Amino acid sequence: MTSDTGAHHIVGYAKLAQVWLALLALTALTVLITRLELGGYKVLGALTIACLKSGLVIAFFMHMKYEGRLLRWLLFVALVTLAIFIGLTFFDVLYR
Amino acid sequence: MTTVQPTQPSFWNDTGKTGLAAWIFSTDHKRIGLLYFYSTFGFFLVGVLLGLLLRIELMAPGRTIMGPQTYNALFTVHGVVMIFLFIIPGFQGSFGNLVMPIQIGARDVAFPRLNLFSWWLYIIGAVIIITSLFTGGGPPDTGWTFYVPFSSRTGTNVSLAVFGVFVVGFSSILTGLNFITTIHRLRAEGMTWGRLPLFVWSLYATAWVQVLATPILAITLVLVMAERLLGTGLFDPGRGGDPVMYQHLFWIYSHPAVYIMILPAMGVISDVIPVFSRKPIFGYKMIAFSSIAIAAFGSLVWGHHMFTSGMSDTAILVFSFLTFIVAIPSAIKVFNWVSTLYKGSISLDAPMLFALSFILLFSIGGLSGLILGAAATDVHVHDTHFVVGHFHYVIFGGAGFAFFAAMHYWLPKFYGRRYAEKPAIVAWALMFVGFNVMYFTMQVLGMKGMPRRYYDYLPEFATLNLVATIGSWILVAGLIVMLVNLFRGLFRGEPFVGNPWGGATLEWTTATPPPTENFEEEPVVTHGPYDFRGTGIP
Amino acid sequence: MSHLKDDSGAKLGMWLFLFTELLLFGGLFLLYSAYLSRYPHEFSAAGRQLNVVFGTINTVVLLTSSLLVAMAVTAVQRGERRRTLWLLGGTILCAAIFMAIKYVEWSTKILHGIYPNSPHLAAGPPGESVFFSLYFMSTGIHGLHVLIGATLLAWVGSKVKRGAVHGGDYILLENSALYWHLVDLIWIFIFPLYYLIL
Repeated sequence: MTSDTGAHHIVGYAKLAQVWLALLALTALTVLITRLELGGYKVLGALTIACLKSGLVIAFFMHMKYEGRLLRWLLFVALVTLAIFIGLTFFDVLYR
Repeated sequence: MTTVQPTQPSFWNDTGKTGLAAWIFSTDHKRIGLLYFYSTFGFFLVGVLLGLLLRIELMAPGRTIMGPQTYNALFTVHGVVMIFLFIIPGFQGSFGNLVMPIQIGARDVAFPRLNLFSWWLYIIGAVIIITSLFTGGGPPDTGWTFYVPFSSRTGTNVSLAVFGVFVVGFSSILTGLNFITTIHRLRAEGMTWGRLPLFVWSLYATAWVQVLATPILAITLVLVMAERLLGTGLFDPGRGGDPVMYQHLFWIYSHPAVYIMILPAMGVISDVIPVFSRKPIFGYKMIAFSSIAIAAFGSLVWGHHMFTSGMSDTAILVFSFLTFIVAIPSAIKVFNWVSTLYKGSISLDAPMLFALSFILLFSIGGLSGLILGAAATDVHVHDTHFVVGHFHYVIFGGAGFAFFAAMHYWLPKFYGRRYAEKPAIVAWALMFVGFNVMYFTMQVLGMKGMPRRYYDYLPEFATLNLVATIGSWILVAGLIVMLVNLFRGLFRGEPFVGNPWGGATLEWTTATPPPTENFEEEPVVTHGPYDFRGTGIP
Repeated sequence: MSHLKDDSGAKLGMWLFLFTELLLFGGLFLLYSAYLSRYPHEFSAAGRQLNVVFGTINTVVLLTSSLLVAMAVTAVQRGERRRTLWLLGGTILCAAIFMAIKYVEWSTKILHGIYPNSPHLAAGPPGESVFFSLYFMSTGIHGLHVLIGATLLAWVGSKVKRGAVHGGDYILLENSALYWHLVDLIWIFIFPLYYLIL
């Protein structure tokens, strides 16, 4: 498990630009759907798109797609921890 | 595995330079470890002194030696010093730094300069906290928990104290990420995860708690400062805020923080017990796994500090249930230690006595914790001396005694001289007796309804309080004997060479005291950390 | 046990640090979500007072800066020193634009009497005051990270210029870029939560 943080991988300019275009498109989409009258679904939609966008940033800009298993697992642990902190607090917030 | 004759100078005189600068700017993990040891242990003594004063005040009802405001300030500072300046940085900083890189066969930690920076941050934070006592409105009087709304309104110098804790927290985060990286990247050849000493496993779990939970404390403290300085009102019910949310944020860190305090202690015990039982540890994998499990489950139970805060009943049920789950990995460890002792060839040296008393005291603390973790019984004893007793059983009887065990077990290795055995045992006996007289009495007092954090009490509690105070004197007497014996031994005692206790972990294979780069040549690990066949001691 | 430079170790350390940043902002998002569920209508009304145009422009600016710094990493990996410097300059320029827009936004709000503990907010509904306090705390701490990140990139840029960071040893730039992406990531969530939702 010592050498699984991945070899160096160079991401081409074209690919980075494509990701950037996708991010801009998703930004436009968020603005668009939150202007519609969707009620509570707005929150869900906007957060889903935000998660997609951060997924793109992490995978390509931050090279996570090219890293080894270790970093991915650790990132997963960190995200789950945050989700648990927020989730368990809602046992109080929702049922007060 | 015989100890090689040193050809390199030890880390004490390798640079040829002496004096303060050779220490406070050194990036050698052993020097940083000793810096941490002396600074954290120094604050421990300050905390002891404050605790002693608190007990003297409680010796008799009514005003004894101080007024209520002084009392409030003293228990706050006692808590802040003991928790943020001693026990949280203590284990990782001193014994983690001293021992861990050697135990995994590395020359240093992954980021030596960052390591030094962590110590500096710790010292800066400590200086800020001390400054807060003498400036502004005087020492904070909120208790170490800094609960709003009182902490956002009190005229005492909470803002600066909180900022100091923030800086110390940042130091703790950096140590944590340094240790995780070290354990992942710098293990020697053959040092597989299954051969890591259990102390290293516990440090690894602790480091994760530091990395993932401390930032929540940081933002909470920033919010308290903003509440006081900018009037954000995020915890002020008058402006839509909710004080209970503060308690959530605070305990999301501060409950896992008790595992920062106790996990390395459990690691020390797991290393000491097999050595002095001459037996491989029972259930290595389960102890390693339970360290991770404690760190993981320990992050799910913060709500049990809030059963009487007005939190929802659903949350009380959930958190109470989850709390009982944490008892399982803790019990796994206790059972495994006891099983290691079974049919072992036990020698009752000082480190072992501290380790054995850890098992008893931690178990008492853990069981009383279940009384507090059960929602129904908690309502009865919440905010009484029962809680104070419980906490000290776990953190002083547990982590504190393990710290003493580590001091007797590892410090001679780094000084090359040792303490005398008999006074060490006398000191242990005094502390063990004094400890139980003091804190068991506190638990009884709490059951009878004596609240915590009150400087005065009803006359019917007088006798037991006197007993507890006398206990504190016995405890401190033992502490003084230990200190004199230990430090006189380390500087002027008999030489300590080789591997007298027959430890099988890597630190016992190198010279005493270790050379700068820890080993004469890169070690290749061929056996587990508790395989005593090659140590030359039957 | 090696004294060789361990780039993978340095990257692991950086990611661990990013986790702590994530959790730091996580505390603010936790508060946000708890108060959103308590004051949905007040949050909705208060959110409408924020300027969506400014918010959107800033999002585009930050995404672009993220692209530029990612390209700077590619450039340094390929040994293109001048291009690396230009791309880093572009990133820092984006950071400056972002902060300028933030400054205009904040000062407009403060001019309208909207700031923590203002009489205007004290007179309004409690949820509104909570929303704006969270807004100022989140964007304030985020802005602080923008400043730190830009300073970091400028410092690394000077090292690239001096040739201390180059195609054979670029972990410093890689790690600083990671930090910059985190700043972007946080904004990706701040933007919809404060400017768009409701």
